[in-house]
Amino acid sequence: MTDIAIRVENLGKRYRIGRREHYRTLRDAITETAAAPFRWLTHGTSEPDYIWALKGFSCEIPRGEVVGIIGCNGAGKSTLLKVLSRITEPTEGYAEIHGRVGSLLEVGTGFHPELTGRENVYLNGTILGMHRAEIAAKFDEIVSFAEIERFLDTPVKHYSSGMYMRLAFAVAAHLDPEILIVDEVLAVGDAQFQKKCLGKMEDVAAAGRTVVFVSHNMNAVQRLCSAAIVLDRGTVVATGTAVECVRRHLRTESQGSGIRKADLSPSPGVKRHGNGAARFESAELLSAAGDPISVVHFGQPVTVRLTVRTTRPLSGVLLGFSFVANDGTELQGSAAHDGGISTDLRTGIQVFDCRVDPMLLTPGRYFLRGAVFSRTEVYDHVDEFLPFEVTPSPYTRDGRTPANHYVGYVYCPYRWSAVSGEEEADLHQVARA
Amino acid sequence: MGQVVNLQADCQSAKTLGMTPAESIPVLILRPSTGFLRLDLKALWEYRELLYFLVWRDIKVRYKQTALGAAWAVLQPVATMLVFSIFFGRLAKVPSDGVPYPIFAYVALLPWQLFAFALSESSNSLVASQNLITKVYFPRLVIPISSVLGGLVDFAVAFVILLAMMLYYGIAPTAAVALLPLFLLFAVMTALSVGLWLSALNVKYRDVRYTIPFLTQFWMFATPVAYPASLVPEKWRALYGLNPMAGVVEGFRWALLGESHAPGPLLWVSVAAVVVLLIGGLRYFKKTESTFADIV
Repeated sequence: MTDIAIRVENLGKRYRIGRREHYRTLRDAITETAAAPFRWLTHGTSEPDYIWALKGFSCEIPRGEVVGIIGCNGAGKSTLLKVLSRITEPTEGYAEIHGRVGSLLEVGTGFHPELTGRENVYLNGTILGMHRAEIAAKFDEIVSFAEIERFLDTPVKHYSSGMYMRLAFAVAAHLDPEILIVDEVLAVGDAQFQKKCLGKMEDVAAAGRTVVFVSHNMNAVQRLCSAAIVLDRGTVVATGTAVECVRRHLRTESQGSGIRKADLSPSPGVKRHGNGAARFESAELLSAAGDPISVVHFGQPVTVRLTVRTTRPLSGVLLGFSFVANDGTELQGSAAHDGGISTDLRTGIQVFDCRVDPMLLTPGRYFLRGAVFSRTEVYDHVDEFLPFEVTPSPYTRDGRTPANHYVGYVYCPYRWSAVSGEEEADLHQVARA
Repeated sequence: MGQVVNLQADCQSAKTLGMTPAESIPVLILRPSTGFLRLDLKALWEYRELLYFLVWRDIKVRYKQTALGAAWAVLQPVATMLVFSIFFGRLAKVPSDGVPYPIFAYVALLPWQLFAFALSESSNSLVASQNLITKVYFPRLVIPISSVLGGLVDFAVAFVILLAMMLYYGIAPTAAVALLPLFLLFAVMTALSVGLWLSALNVKYRDVRYTIPFLTQFWMFATPVAYPASLVPEKWRALYGLNPMAGVVEGFRWALLGESHAPGPLLWVSVAAVVVLLIGGLRYFKKTESTFADIV
């Protein structure tokens, strides 16, 4: 009898380069077999390349703990979850899991578009490991959580994506195993629904279940988790309280990996239009210290640096960019000529800096949209570049940035005060006396 | 490397939540699989509801947007029977062991369709369930089994036609009909034993899918569907049983059309062949199972 829910020792998972092993054709197998006797000739060079997605991972998670796993993309978070939820086998090491495991690596696994909402609840629930009686008992709860009562008998292919996601999450949210393994599933739906999901997750955590939770949403990690593990390139780099780990992760992430500079040289991948007389060459975000970053802390200064290449001298040029939310809403525009920057461009490369101080977009993901144009022609217009993230400031003591009420995109500084109502206050005092 | 990360220190709260002491908490051990393979029938039994829902889903979806619906289950064997009756029965005068040729062919077509259906469905089943396999754990055997069982509904529908034909031709079943459930089980096992091999192989070698139409056609000619097994010379007949579908088809004829067709040693060879195929298929499946999620 132990108080341990999950014990992992020296767990490792190795993949062939390319992350997935390729399926082979019979032809490959035949040629390989035929070549086998001659393999010694090329030995040493023909060894396939392997990558350890997870290496030497050990941990002990006590019963009832809510643990956040954080790290950049490719840090091994999902691999860890896949091994723990038995989807794939570890290459080495050992893990011991005490209790029934429910894993949620994706919402709506196994949903079939042709089946109705009702049918999919049963199908998806069974796939997630629930029993039919269990689903039947929770059915009404699931449906009311998803708010789809009226469409229960409509095939889900006719659902809006929001309804689909709500239903999918609702089924998953009613899974109650002793140990819950959750991958980034809260990043779906609109803000209101995300809030609801987060609330549900809080209930699960409060009910004393063991939860292993992967998320890129640092707010969610801080809110839900008591402890956290930071992974980097398959190994543990830090453990401790969720707040400490998030802080540490944000610090490394804002300097560390991630795309910090958007290359905008002509390539088919970039959605743009314009005659090209002037073009954005690159764009980057710089911290106050002048280092390139991909994560901006709320309330801190940041500089947007745009590099423009001009093929002939241009006069009367207008240049600017706007911050755009992930759903495409343009939040704020700013143009260089407003700041009195010369609007005549020489041939060649010119660099423009726009300092934003402080960054008052609320935590979330954003990107830039930029244009160089004149009154008569568009030289270059790029729809979407330099995605970046605003995170709650790790530097304030208790995280009391507006991050905790992150409704909307923009924070306008405000202060509340009570202007009238003294009489009522007096009344209360009278009543109390 | 093997540094143990202990999170206990951060977890005062868990203890105060009053978790009940665990008496029967299942412990699951995860480690790289070794050479020893265990067929986990208990796990399979625990997931029987999933099996049920997958079969149910396949059937439901299959006929949801078809104009003729379940009539397809009848149309295929009946059309094949008509063609066979005209070309083999009427024109080529293939013997039919003293039974009217149409019913002789139809009785064989029932298990054959079940088998052919299972072959094509199960061979692609794991690849088609890629989204499940990479996201959720469950015994992977559920997938090919469910696609084999999915053919049973079509079988049942087509069986009703057989009853009507027996009535029409005035053929009363003999005592041997009691063995029909066993022969049905035998047919399902035959389909499953081949399906396991094909589904697991198809994960690794996608060529498998392309061989199915050819394989099915070839196999049908090697099976006494359009002709009686008695066409095969007596001394070769037991060997003929190595094609387990020969045993299945002859068994069906015997159970439904009368005792005069008792299959004899051919049947036992077929049973043995299925047992070998099935055990081999299960072993191969279990051996490759752990890599499905990485390859598929």
